[in-house]
Amino acid sequence: MSAVAVHNLVKQYKSGKAIIEAVQGVSFDVARGELFGIIGPDGAGKTSIFRMLTTLLLPDSGGATVDGSDIVKDYQAIRQKVGYMPGRFSLYQDLTVEENLHFFATIFKTSVTENYTLIKDIYVQIEPFKTRKAGKLSGGMKQKLALCCALIHKPVVLFLDEPTTGVDAVSRKEFWDMLRNLRQQGITILVSTPYMDEASLCDRVALMQKGKIMTTGTPQQIIQSFNHNILAVKAQNMYGLLQVLKQWNAIEDAYSFGEYHHVIMKERYDKKVMRQYLASTGYADADIHAVTPTIEDCFMQLMQHKHD
Amino acid sequence: MTEQPIIYTEHLTKRFGDFTAVDAISFEVQKGEIFGFLGANGAGKTTAMRMLCGLSLPTSGKATIAGFDVYKQTEKIKQNIGYMSQKFSLYEDLTIKENIRFYAGIYGKSDAFIKDKTAQLLQQLNLEAEGDKLVGSLPLGLKQKLAFSVAVFHEPQIVFLDEPTGGVDPVTRREFWNMIYEAATAGITIFVTTHYMDEAEYCNRISIMVDGKIEALDTPAGLKETYNAATMDDVFLQLARKATRSDA
Ligand SMILES: Nc1ncnc2c1ncn2[C@@H]1O[C@H](COP(=O)(O)OP(=O)(O)OP(=O)(O)O)[C@@H](O)[C@H]1O
Ligand SMILES: [Mg+2]
Repeated sequence: MSAVAVHNLVKQYKSGKAIIEAVQGVSFDVARGELFGIIGPDGAGKTSIFRMLTTLLLPDSGGATVDGSDIVKDYQAIRQKVGYMPGRFSLYQDLTVEENLHFFATIFKTSVTENYTLIKDIYVQIEPFKTRKAGKLSGGMKQKLALCCALIHKPVVLFLDEPTTGVDAVSRKEFWDMLRNLRQQGITILVSTPYMDEASLCDRVALMQKGKIMTTGTPQQIIQSFNHNILAVKAQNMYGLLQVLKQWNAIEDAYSFGEYHHVIMKERYDKKVMRQYLASTGYADADIHAVTPTIEDCFMQLMQHKHD
Repeated sequence: MTEQPIIYTEHLTKRFGDFTAVDAISFEVQKGEIFGFLGANGAGKTTAMRMLCGLSLPTSGKATIAGFDVYKQTEKIKQNIGYMSQKFSLYEDLTIKENIRFYAGIYGKSDAFIKDKTAQLLQQLNLEAEGDKLVGSLPLGLKQKLAFSVAVFHEPQIVFLDEPTGGVDPVTRREFWNMIYEAATAGITIFVTTHYMDEAEYCNRISIMVDGKIEALDTPAGLKETYNAATMDDVFLQLARKATRSDA
Protein backbone atom coordinates (compact mmCIF):
# COMPACT_ATOMS: atom_id res chain seq x y z
CA MET A 1 0.00 0.00 0.00
CA SER A 2 1.29 3.44 -0.85
CA ALA A 3 1.71 6.00 1.91
CA VAL A 4 -0.08 8.55 -0.25
CA ALA A 5 -2.17 7.80 -3.36
CA VAL A 6 -3.69 10.69 -5.27
CA HIS A 7 -6.17 10.20 -8.14
CA ASN A 8 -7.25 12.96 -10.43
CA LEU A 9 -7.56 15.57 -7.72
CA VAL A 10 -9.35 18.77 -8.74
CA LYS A 11 -9.83 22.04 -6.86
CA GLN A 12 -11.22 25.33 -8.11
CA TYR A 13 -11.74 28.64 -6.36
CA LYS A 14 -14.02 31.49 -7.27
CA SER A 15 -12.54 34.96 -7.28
CA GLY A 16 -15.25 37.43 -8.20
CA LYS A 17 -16.45 36.20 -11.56
CA ALA A 18 -13.26 34.40 -12.40
CA ILE A 19 -12.67 30.75 -11.66
CA ILE A 20 -9.17 29.82 -10.57
CA GLU A 21 -8.30 26.26 -11.46
CA ALA A 22 -5.84 25.68 -8.66
CA VAL A 23 -5.45 21.91 -9.09
CA GLN A 24 -6.38 20.43 -12.44
CA GLY A 25 -6.54 16.64 -12.19
CA VAL A 26 -3.38 15.71 -10.37
CA SER A 27 -2.38 12.07 -9.75
CA PHE A 28 0.69 10.57 -8.08
CA ASP A 29 1.75 7.90 -5.60
CA VAL A 30 4.22 8.12 -2.77
CA ALA A 31 5.75 4.90 -1.42
CA ARG A 32 6.26 4.27 2.26
CA GLY A 33 9.42 5.87 3.55
CA GLU A 34 9.86 7.89 0.39
CA LEU A 35 10.99 11.51 0.33
CA PHE A 36 8.79 12.97 -2.38
CA GLY A 37 9.15 16.53 -3.62
CA ILE A 38 6.57 18.72 -5.31
CA ILE A 39 8.66 21.30 -7.06
CA GLY A 40 7.05 24.44 -8.37
CA PRO A 41 6.71 28.15 -7.84
CA ASP A 42 4.22 29.86 -5.58
CA GLY A 43 0.78 29.54 -7.16
CA ALA A 44 1.46 26.18 -8.82
CA GLY A 45 -1.19 24.51 -6.65
CA LYS A 46 1.11 22.91 -4.11
CA THR A 47 -0.60 24.37 -1.07
CA SER A 48 -4.08 23.33 -2.25
CA ILE A 49 -2.85 19.75 -2.67
CA PHE A 50 -1.30 19.76 0.79
CA ARG A 51 -4.47 21.16 2.34
CA MET A 52 -6.61 18.52 0.67
CA LEU A 53 -4.27 15.71 1.75
CA THR A 54 -4.29 16.96 5.33
CA THR A 55 -8.14 17.18 5.23
CA LEU A 56 -8.29 20.94 5.69
CA LEU A 57 -9.88 21.44 2.28
CA LEU A 58 -12.37 19.28 0.34
CA PRO A 59 -11.58 18.37 -3.26
CA ASP A 60 -14.13 19.24 -5.96
CA SER A 61 -13.53 15.85 -7.55
CA GLY A 62 -11.05 13.03 -7.49
CA GLY A 63 -9.69 11.61 -4.27
CA ALA A 64 -6.74 10.46 -2.26
CA THR A 65 -5.70 8.20 0.58
CA VAL A 66 -3.08 8.89 3.20
CA ASP A 67 -1.69 5.87 5.05
CA GLY A 68 -4.74 3.94 3.77
CA SER A 69 -7.29 6.44 5.06
CA ASP A 70 -9.59 8.35 2.72
CA ILE A 71 -9.14 12.13 2.83
CA VAL A 72 -12.88 12.79 2.86
CA LYS A 73 -14.35 9.93 4.91
CA ASP A 74 -11.54 9.27 7.38
CA TYR A 75 -10.46 12.80 8.08
CA GLN A 76 -10.24 12.31 11.83
CA ALA A 77 -7.88 9.36 11.49
CA ILE A 78 -5.69 11.35 9.11
CA ARG A 79 -5.42 14.33 11.40
CA GLN A 80 -4.04 12.09 14.16
CA LYS A 81 -1.32 10.54 12.06
CA VAL A 82 0.00 13.28 9.84
CA GLY A 83 2.17 16.26 10.58
CA TYR A 84 1.61 19.42 8.59
CA MET A 85 3.75 22.46 8.31
CA PRO A 86 1.86 25.09 6.38
CA GLY A 87 3.81 27.70 4.48
CA ARG A 88 2.65 30.57 6.64
CA PHE A 89 0.96 31.51 9.89
CA SER A 90 1.32 28.27 11.76
CA LEU A 91 2.80 29.68 14.95
CA TYR A 92 1.30 31.61 17.80
CA GLN A 93 3.14 34.90 17.46
CA ASP A 94 2.61 35.93 21.06
CA LEU A 95 3.80 32.65 22.56
CA THR A 96 7.51 32.05 23.05
CA VAL A 97 9.51 29.49 21.08
CA GLU A 98 9.29 27.04 23.96
CA GLU A 99 5.60 27.65 24.57
CA ASN A 100 4.74 27.04 20.92
CA LEU A 101 6.50 23.69 20.99
CA HIS A 102 4.80 22.60 24.21
CA PHE A 103 1.46 23.71 22.87
CA PHE A 104 1.76 21.50 19.79
CA ALA A 105 2.98 18.57 21.86
CA THR A 106 0.00 18.94 24.19
CA ILE A 107 -2.70 19.00 21.52
CA PHE A 108 -1.36 15.67 20.25
CA LYS A 109 -1.21 14.30 23.79
CA THR A 110 2.53 13.83 23.79
CA SER A 111 5.43 15.69 25.35
CA VAL A 112 8.48 17.48 24.02
CA THR A 113 10.85 15.10 25.83
CA GLU A 114 9.18 11.99 24.36
CA ASN A 115 10.10 12.85 20.79
CA TYR A 116 12.97 15.25 21.36
CA THR A 117 15.44 13.18 19.31
CA LEU A 118 13.33 13.82 16.21
CA ILE A 119 13.67 17.58 16.41
CA LYS A 120 16.98 17.93 18.20
CA ASP A 121 19.18 18.83 15.20
CA ILE A 122 17.04 21.74 14.20
CA TYR A 123 15.79 22.78 17.63
CA VAL A 124 19.28 23.36 19.00
CA GLN A 125 19.65 26.17 16.47
CA ILE A 126 16.73 28.14 17.91
CA GLU A 127 17.01 26.95 21.50
CA PRO A 128 19.26 29.89 22.44
CA PHE A 129 16.18 32.03 21.75
CA LYS A 130 13.62 29.79 23.45
CA THR A 131 12.14 32.52 25.63
CA ARG A 132 11.65 34.89 22.71
CA LYS A 133 8.15 35.46 21.30
CA ALA A 134 7.70 33.74 17.95
CA GLY A 135 6.58 37.06 16.45
CA LYS A 136 10.04 38.51 17.08
CA LEU A 137 12.03 35.77 15.37
CA SER A 138 13.60 36.40 11.98
CA GLY A 139 11.83 34.86 8.95
CA GLY A 140 14.03 31.78 8.79
CA MET A 141 14.00 31.18 12.52
CA LYS A 142 10.20 30.97 12.38
CA GLN A 143 10.41 28.25 9.73
CA LYS A 144 12.65 26.15 11.92
CA LEU A 145 10.29 26.43 14.87
CA ALA A 146 7.29 25.56 12.69
CA LEU A 147 9.02 22.39 11.53
CA CYS A 148 9.73 21.33 15.10
CA CYS A 149 6.06 21.89 15.93
CA ALA A 150 4.90 19.73 12.99
CA LEU A 151 7.22 16.89 14.01
CA ILE A 152 6.73 16.80 17.72
CA HIS A 153 4.01 14.09 17.66
CA LYS A 154 6.06 11.74 15.44
CA PRO A 155 3.71 11.63 12.46
CA VAL A 156 3.50 8.69 10.00
CA VAL A 157 3.41 11.05 7.03
CA LEU A 158 4.88 14.51 7.19
CA PHE A 159 3.62 17.28 4.88
CA LEU A 160 5.93 20.24 4.56
CA ASP A 161 4.69 23.13 2.46
CA GLU A 162 7.62 25.28 1.38
CA PRO A 163 9.53 24.70 4.61
CA THR A 164 12.67 26.38 3.33
CA THR A 165 11.26 29.50 1.70
CA GLY A 166 13.15 32.36 3.31
CA VAL A 167 15.62 29.98 4.94
CA ASP A 168 19.30 30.78 4.39
CA ALA A 169 21.57 28.59 2.27
CA VAL A 170 23.38 27.01 5.20
CA SER A 171 20.23 26.21 7.12
CA ARG A 172 18.64 24.78 3.99
CA LYS A 173 21.46 22.24 3.81
CA GLU A 174 21.02 21.34 7.45
CA PHE A 175 17.28 21.14 6.96
CA TRP A 176 17.62 18.63 4.14
CA ASP A 177 20.11 16.55 6.11
CA MET A 178 17.48 16.42 8.76
CA LEU A 179 14.74 15.37 6.35
CA ARG A 180 16.90 12.50 5.19
CA ASN A 181 17.41 11.49 8.82
CA LEU A 182 13.68 11.48 9.38
CA ARG A 183 13.19 9.31 6.33
CA GLN A 184 15.70 6.82 7.77
CA GLN A 185 13.37 6.56 10.73
CA GLY A 186 10.56 5.44 8.43
CA ILE A 187 8.62 8.68 8.16
CA THR A 188 7.18 9.33 4.71
CA ILE A 189 7.75 12.91 3.67
CA LEU A 190 5.97 15.07 1.12
CA VAL A 191 7.72 18.35 0.71
CA SER A 192 7.03 21.24 -1.60
CA THR A 193 9.62 23.80 -2.56
CA PRO A 194 10.26 26.59 -5.01
CA TYR A 195 14.03 25.92 -4.79
CA MET A 196 15.00 23.84 -7.80
CA ASP A 197 18.30 22.74 -6.26
CA GLU A 198 16.37 20.93 -3.54
CA ALA A 199 14.76 18.64 -6.10
CA SER A 200 17.97 16.66 -6.44
CA LEU A 201 17.78 15.82 -2.74
CA CYS A 202 14.44 13.99 -3.09
CA ASP A 203 13.92 10.32 -3.99
CA ARG A 204 11.35 11.34 -6.56
CA VAL A 205 9.83 14.63 -7.60
CA ALA A 206 6.82 16.01 -9.43
CA LEU A 207 7.50 19.23 -11.32
CA MET A 208 4.38 21.35 -11.11
CA GLN A 209 3.13 24.52 -12.72
CA LYS A 210 -0.29 26.18 -12.95
CA GLY A 211 -2.26 23.38 -11.35
CA LYS A 212 -0.72 20.56 -13.35
CA ILE A 213 2.11 18.12 -12.96
CA MET A 214 4.46 18.54 -15.90
CA THR A 215 6.53 15.46 -15.15
CA THR A 216 7.29 12.97 -12.38
CA GLY A 217 10.41 10.89 -11.82
CA THR A 218 13.68 10.53 -9.99
CA PRO A 219 15.92 13.57 -10.32
CA GLN A 220 18.20 11.50 -12.61
CA GLN A 221 15.31 10.52 -14.89
CA ILE A 222 14.25 14.12 -15.24
CA ILE A 223 17.75 15.27 -16.09
CA GLN A 224 18.22 12.43 -18.57
CA SER A 225 15.06 13.38 -20.40
CA PHE A 226 16.51 16.82 -21.18
CA ASN A 227 17.37 16.45 -24.84
CA HIS A 228 19.57 19.43 -25.67
CA ASN A 229 23.18 20.37 -25.05
CA ILE A 230 23.87 23.17 -22.62
CA LEU A 231 26.92 25.41 -22.80
CA ALA A 232 27.91 27.60 -19.88
CA VAL A 233 29.43 30.91 -20.96
CA LYS A 234 31.12 33.70 -19.08
CA ALA A 235 32.79 36.99 -20.11
CA GLN A 236 33.64 40.39 -18.65
CA ASN A 237 30.39 42.03 -19.70
CA MET A 238 27.75 39.50 -18.73
CA TYR A 239 24.76 41.67 -19.58
CA GLY A 240 26.03 42.45 -23.09
CA LEU A 241 26.96 38.81 -23.61
CA LEU A 242 23.41 37.72 -22.87
CA GLN A 243 21.96 40.19 -25.39
CA VAL A 244 24.33 38.93 -28.08
CA LEU A 245 23.49 35.29 -27.32
CA LYS A 246 19.76 35.93 -27.42
CA GLN A 247 20.07 37.30 -30.96
CA TRP A 248 21.76 34.16 -32.24
CA ASN A 249 19.63 31.74 -34.25
CA ALA A 250 21.64 28.67 -33.23
CA ILE A 251 20.11 28.64 -29.77
CA GLU A 252 16.84 27.56 -28.21
CA ASP A 253 17.26 29.71 -25.13
CA ALA A 254 19.82 31.66 -23.11
CA TYR A 255 19.51 32.85 -19.54
CA SER A 256 21.66 33.81 -16.59
CA PHE A 257 22.71 31.06 -14.25
CA GLY A 258 24.77 32.44 -11.38
CA GLU A 259 28.31 33.15 -12.47
CA TYR A 260 27.59 31.88 -16.03
CA HIS A 261 24.91 32.10 -18.65
CA HIS A 262 23.35 28.83 -19.72
CA VAL A 263 22.79 28.47 -23.44
CA ILE A 264 20.53 25.73 -24.76
CA MET A 265 21.90 24.87 -28.18
CA LYS A 266 19.86 23.81 -31.16
CA GLU A 267 20.81 20.44 -32.60
CA ARG A 268 24.08 20.20 -34.52
CA TYR A 269 25.52 23.38 -33.01
CA ASP A 270 28.45 23.04 -30.65
CA LYS A 271 31.11 24.87 -28.68
CA LYS A 272 33.24 25.50 -31.76
CA VAL A 273 30.44 27.30 -33.57
CA MET A 274 29.77 29.34 -30.48
CA ARG A 275 33.39 30.35 -30.15
CA GLN A 276 33.33 31.62 -33.74
CA TYR A 277 30.09 33.47 -33.22
CA LEU A 278 31.26 35.12 -30.03
CA ALA A 279 34.61 36.07 -31.58
CA SER A 280 32.73 37.81 -34.37
CA THR A 281 30.61 39.76 -31.88
CA GLY A 282 33.44 41.00 -29.69
CA TYR A 283 33.52 38.24 -27.09
CA ALA A 284 36.62 36.35 -28.21
CA ASP A 285 37.75 35.92 -24.61
CA ALA A 286 34.54 34.20 -23.45
CA ASP A 287 34.95 31.14 -21.28
CA ILE A 288 32.77 28.37 -22.76
CA HIS A 289 32.25 24.84 -21.52
CA ALA A 290 29.64 22.11 -21.68
CA VAL A 291 27.60 21.39 -18.55
CA THR A 292 25.07 18.77 -17.51
CA PRO A 293 21.59 20.18 -17.07
CA THR A 294 20.26 20.85 -13.59
CA ILE A 295 16.65 20.48 -12.49
CA GLU A 296 16.34 24.25 -12.82
CA ASP A 297 17.26 24.01 -16.52
CA CYS A 298 14.73 21.20 -16.99
CA PHE A 299 12.03 23.12 -15.21
CA MET A 300 12.57 26.24 -17.28
CA GLN A 301 12.50 24.21 -20.46
CA LEU A 302 9.20 22.60 -19.45
CA MET A 303 7.75 25.96 -18.44
CA GLN A 304 8.57 27.51 -21.82
CA HIS A 305 6.86 24.69 -23.66
CA LYS A 306 3.69 25.11 -21.61
CA HIS A 307 3.67 28.75 -22.59
CA ASP A 308 3.69 28.00 -26.31
CA MET B 1 34.36 67.15 -6.29
CA THR B 2 34.43 63.44 -5.45
CA GLU B 3 31.07 61.81 -5.26
CA GLN B 4 29.55 61.14 -1.87
CA PRO B 5 28.54 57.54 -1.23
CA ILE B 6 24.78 57.26 -1.55
CA ILE B 7 24.64 55.01 1.49
CA TYR B 8 27.06 55.69 4.30
CA THR B 9 27.10 53.99 7.69
CA GLU B 10 29.52 54.16 10.60
CA HIS B 11 29.17 51.84 13.60
CA LEU B 12 25.44 51.65 12.98
CA THR B 13 23.88 49.68 15.82
CA LYS B 14 20.45 48.45 16.87
CA ARG B 15 19.70 46.87 20.21
CA PHE B 16 16.46 45.26 21.39
CA GLY B 17 16.86 45.22 25.18
CA ASP B 18 20.15 43.46 25.84
CA PHE B 19 20.23 41.90 22.41
CA THR B 20 22.36 43.57 19.74
CA ALA B 21 20.65 42.78 16.44
CA VAL B 22 22.92 45.03 14.33
CA ASP B 23 26.38 45.46 15.76
CA ALA B 24 28.36 48.52 14.67
CA ILE B 25 28.27 48.06 10.91
CA SER B 26 30.29 50.43 8.73
CA PHE B 27 30.11 50.40 4.94
CA GLU B 28 29.47 52.55 1.91
CA VAL B 29 27.50 52.03 -1.28
CA GLN B 30 28.13 54.12 -4.40
CA LYS B 31 25.47 55.56 -6.65
CA GLY B 32 24.25 53.14 -9.31
CA GLU B 33 25.64 50.04 -7.61
CA ILE B 34 23.75 46.79 -7.23
CA PHE B 35 24.65 45.95 -3.66
CA GLY B 36 23.81 42.49 -2.28
CA PHE B 37 23.20 42.39 1.46
CA LEU B 38 23.57 38.74 2.45
CA GLY B 39 23.53 36.89 5.73
CA ALA B 40 22.06 33.89 7.51
CA ASN B 41 18.61 33.96 9.11
CA GLY B 42 18.61 36.32 12.05
CA ALA B 43 21.91 37.94 11.04
CA GLY B 44 20.26 41.36 11.16
CA LYS B 45 19.60 42.22 7.50
CA THR B 46 15.98 43.31 7.84
CA THR B 47 16.75 45.24 11.02
CA ALA B 48 19.60 47.09 9.32
CA MET B 49 17.55 47.78 6.24
CA ARG B 50 14.70 49.26 8.28
CA MET B 51 17.14 51.71 9.88
CA LEU B 52 18.50 52.69 6.47
CA CYS B 53 14.95 53.31 5.24
CA GLY B 54 14.19 55.61 8.14
CA LEU B 55 11.61 53.19 9.52
CA SER B 56 13.41 52.39 12.75
CA LEU B 57 15.69 54.57 14.84
CA PRO B 58 19.26 53.32 15.41
CA THR B 59 20.46 52.79 18.98
CA SER B 60 23.81 54.34 18.06
CA GLY B 61 26.17 55.02 15.20
CA LYS B 62 25.80 57.12 12.08
CA ALA B 63 24.16 56.69 8.72
CA THR B 64 23.21 58.91 5.82
CA ILE B 65 21.05 57.89 2.88
CA ALA B 66 21.32 60.07 -0.22
CA GLY B 67 22.95 62.58 2.10
CA PHE B 68 20.09 62.55 4.63
CA ASP B 69 20.53 61.64 8.26
CA VAL B 70 18.70 58.53 9.55
CA TYR B 71 17.98 60.19 12.91
CA LYS B 72 16.80 63.61 11.86
CA GLN B 73 15.71 63.45 8.23
CA THR B 74 13.59 60.32 7.98
CA GLU B 75 10.89 62.08 5.95
CA LYS B 76 13.46 63.17 3.37
CA ILE B 77 14.80 59.63 3.26
CA LYS B 78 11.37 58.13 2.64
CA GLN B 79 10.84 60.48 -0.30
CA ASN B 80 14.13 59.53 -1.87
CA ILE B 81 13.96 55.78 -1.54
CA GLY B 82 11.71 52.88 -2.49
CA TYR B 83 11.25 49.89 -0.19
CA MET B 84 9.93 46.38 -0.77
CA SER B 85 9.53 44.69 2.57
CA GLN B 86 10.21 41.00 3.24
CA LYS B 87 6.50 40.43 3.58
CA PHE B 88 4.46 41.39 0.57
CA SER B 89 4.14 45.14 0.33
CA LEU B 90 1.04 45.82 -1.75
CA TYR B 91 -2.63 45.73 -0.71
CA GLU B 92 -4.10 42.40 -1.76
CA ASP B 93 -7.67 43.67 -1.67
CA LEU B 94 -7.04 46.67 -3.88
CA THR B 95 -6.74 46.44 -7.65
CA ILE B 96 -3.46 46.93 -9.48
CA LYS B 97 -4.40 50.49 -10.48
CA GLU B 98 -5.64 51.35 -6.99
CA ASN B 99 -2.35 50.19 -5.50
CA ILE B 100 -0.36 52.33 -7.90
CA ARG B 101 -2.53 55.37 -7.25
CA PHE B 102 -2.29 54.85 -3.50
CA TYR B 103 1.52 54.75 -3.46
CA ALA B 104 1.94 57.51 -6.00
CA GLY B 105 -0.38 59.63 -3.84
CA ILE B 106 1.90 59.24 -0.84
CA TYR B 107 4.70 60.86 -2.76
CA GLY B 108 2.52 63.75 -3.89
CA LYS B 109 2.95 63.10 -7.62
CA SER B 110 0.76 65.01 -10.06
CA ASP B 111 -2.21 63.36 -11.76
CA ALA B 112 -0.57 63.68 -15.15
CA PHE B 113 2.60 62.03 -13.90
CA ILE B 114 0.62 59.20 -12.32
CA LYS B 115 -1.44 58.64 -15.45
CA ASP B 116 1.52 58.44 -17.84
CA LYS B 117 3.64 56.38 -15.57
CA THR B 118 0.81 53.95 -14.79
CA ALA B 119 0.23 53.27 -18.46
CA GLN B 120 3.94 52.76 -19.01
CA LEU B 121 4.22 50.44 -16.03
CA LEU B 122 1.24 48.29 -17.04
CA GLN B 123 2.67 47.98 -20.51
CA GLN B 124 6.08 46.91 -19.23
CA LEU B 125 4.49 44.20 -17.12
CA ASN B 126 2.09 43.13 -19.87
CA LEU B 127 -0.83 43.98 -17.62
CA GLU B 128 -2.66 46.52 -19.76
CA ALA B 129 -5.87 44.49 -19.76
CA GLU B 130 -5.64 43.65 -16.08
CA GLY B 131 -5.35 46.97 -14.25
CA ASP B 132 -8.68 46.40 -12.50
CA LYS B 133 -7.79 42.96 -11.15
CA LEU B 134 -7.27 42.51 -7.44
CA VAL B 135 -3.61 42.20 -6.57
CA GLY B 136 -4.46 39.23 -4.34
CA SER B 137 -5.40 37.17 -7.40
CA LEU B 138 -2.01 37.55 -9.15
CA PRO B 139 0.68 34.87 -9.05
CA LEU B 140 3.51 35.68 -6.63
CA GLY B 141 6.15 36.35 -9.27
CA LEU B 142 3.95 38.94 -10.93
CA LYS B 143 3.06 40.51 -7.58
CA GLN B 144 6.74 40.90 -6.83
CA LYS B 145 7.44 42.49 -10.19
CA LEU B 146 4.52 44.82 -9.61
CA ALA B 147 5.74 45.65 -6.09
CA PHE B 148 9.13 46.50 -7.55
CA SER B 149 7.59 48.78 -10.19
CA VAL B 150 5.60 50.48 -7.46
CA ALA B 151 8.70 50.87 -5.28
CA VAL B 152 10.49 52.72 -8.10
CA PHE B 153 7.37 54.51 -9.37
CA HIS B 154 8.28 57.85 -7.78
CA GLU B 155 11.78 57.63 -9.30
CA PRO B 156 13.72 57.28 -6.05
CA GLN B 157 17.50 57.41 -5.85
CA ILE B 158 17.76 54.09 -4.04
CA VAL B 159 15.53 51.07 -3.79
CA PHE B 160 15.72 48.63 -0.88
CA LEU B 161 14.55 45.10 -1.65
CA ASP B 162 14.19 42.61 1.20
CA GLU B 163 14.15 39.08 -0.29
CA PRO B 164 12.13 40.10 -3.34
CA THR B 165 12.43 36.75 -5.13
CA GLY B 166 11.75 34.21 -2.36
CA GLY B 167 9.40 31.52 -3.75
CA VAL B 168 9.32 32.97 -7.27
CA ASP B 169 9.62 30.63 -10.29
CA PRO B 170 12.97 30.44 -12.12
CA VAL B 171 11.82 32.26 -15.24
CA THR B 172 10.13 35.12 -13.39
CA ARG B 173 13.09 35.36 -11.01
CA ARG B 174 15.28 36.15 -14.00
CA GLU B 175 12.76 38.65 -15.34
CA PHE B 176 12.83 40.31 -11.93
CA TRP B 177 16.61 40.62 -12.08
CA ASN B 178 16.27 42.08 -15.53
CA MET B 179 14.12 44.82 -14.03
CA ILE B 180 16.79 45.37 -11.39
CA TYR B 181 19.44 45.77 -14.10
CA GLU B 182 17.30 48.22 -16.01
CA ALA B 183 16.70 50.31 -12.91
CA ALA B 184 20.43 50.26 -12.10
CA THR B 185 21.24 51.29 -15.66
CA ALA B 186 18.88 54.23 -15.19
CA GLY B 187 21.00 55.26 -12.20
CA ILE B 188 18.92 53.87 -9.33
CA THR B 189 21.04 52.31 -6.61
CA ILE B 190 19.90 48.81 -5.66
CA PHE B 191 20.23 47.40 -2.15
CA VAL B 192 18.97 43.83 -2.10
CA THR B 193 18.89 40.81 0.20
CA THR B 194 18.52 37.26 -1.08
CA HIS B 195 19.05 33.67 -0.02
CA TYR B 196 19.61 32.56 -3.64
CA MET B 197 23.34 32.27 -4.13
CA ASP B 198 23.10 32.51 -7.91
CA GLU B 199 21.59 35.97 -7.40
CA ALA B 200 24.58 37.00 -5.30
CA GLU B 201 26.57 36.65 -8.53
CA TYR B 202 24.41 39.28 -10.19
CA CYS B 203 25.46 41.99 -7.71
CA ASN B 204 28.39 44.37 -8.20
CA ARG B 205 29.43 43.96 -4.58
CA ILE B 206 28.07 41.99 -1.67
CA SER B 207 28.40 42.05 2.07
CA ILE B 208 27.87 39.03 4.28
CA MET B 209 26.50 39.61 7.75
CA VAL B 210 27.12 37.21 10.62
CA ASP B 211 25.58 37.79 14.05
CA GLY B 212 24.90 41.46 13.43
CA LYS B 213 28.35 42.26 12.01
CA ILE B 214 29.55 42.60 8.45
CA GLU B 215 32.14 39.84 8.14
CA ALA B 216 33.02 40.28 4.49
CA LEU B 217 32.47 42.82 1.75
CA ASP B 218 33.78 42.58 -1.80
CA THR B 219 32.85 41.72 -5.38
CA PRO B 220 31.61 38.14 -5.88
CA ALA B 221 34.87 37.27 -7.65
CA GLY B 222 36.93 38.89 -4.89
CA LEU B 223 35.11 36.93 -2.19
CA LYS B 224 35.56 33.63 -4.00
CA GLU B 225 39.26 34.34 -4.25
CA THR B 226 39.67 35.39 -0.61
CA TYR B 227 37.82 32.34 0.66
CA ASN B 228 39.36 30.06 -1.90
CA ALA B 229 35.91 28.91 -2.91
CA ALA B 230 34.54 27.70 -6.23
CA THR B 231 31.07 29.14 -5.70
CA MET B 232 29.31 31.82 -3.64
CA ASP B 233 27.54 28.98 -1.91
CA ASP B 234 30.92 27.88 -0.53
CA VAL B 235 31.81 31.39 0.60
CA PHE B 236 28.48 31.74 2.36
CA LEU B 237 28.84 28.36 4.02
CA GLN B 238 32.27 29.18 5.40
CA LEU B 239 31.13 32.50 6.84
CA ALA B 240 27.59 31.79 8.03
CA ARG B 241 28.62 28.69 9.98
CA LYS B 242 30.52 30.99 12.37
CA ALA B 243 27.30 32.30 13.91
CA THR B 244 27.10 31.70 17.65
CA ARG B 245 24.89 34.29 19.29
CA SER B 246 22.00 33.69 21.68
CA ASP B 247 19.70 35.47 24.13
CA ALA B 248 21.40 34.13 27.23
N1 LIG C 1 11.41 43.88 17.47
C1 LIG C 1 12.34 42.99 17.85
N2 LIG C 1 12.52 42.68 19.16
C2 LIG C 1 13.45 41.78 19.54
N3 LIG C 1 14.29 41.14 18.69
C3 LIG C 1 14.16 41.41 17.39
C4 LIG C 1 13.18 42.34 16.89
N4 LIG C 1 13.30 42.39 15.53
C5 LIG C 1 14.30 41.54 15.21
N5 LIG C 1 14.83 40.95 16.31
C6 LIG C 1 15.93 39.99 16.36
O1 LIG C 1 17.06 40.54 15.69
C7 LIG C 1 17.77 39.53 14.99
C8 LIG C 1 17.91 39.94 13.52
O2 LIG C 1 16.64 39.85 12.90
P1 LIG C 1 16.42 40.26 11.37
O3 LIG C 1 14.95 40.12 11.10
O4 LIG C 1 17.07 41.55 11.12
O5 LIG C 1 17.23 39.11 10.62
P2 LIG C 1 17.42 38.83 9.05
O6 LIG C 1 18.89 38.88 8.80
O7 LIG C 1 16.56 39.73 8.27
O8 LIG C 1 16.95 37.32 8.93
P3 LIG C 1 16.09 36.53 7.77
O9 LIG C 1 17.06 36.13 6.72
O10 LIG C 1 15.58 35.32 8.48
O11 LIG C 1 15.00 37.44 7.29
C9 LIG C 1 17.01 38.23 15.21
O12 LIG C 1 17.62 37.53 16.28
C10 LIG C 1 15.61 38.70 15.59
O13 LIG C 1 14.95 37.76 16.40
MG1 LIG D 1 14.91 39.46 6.98
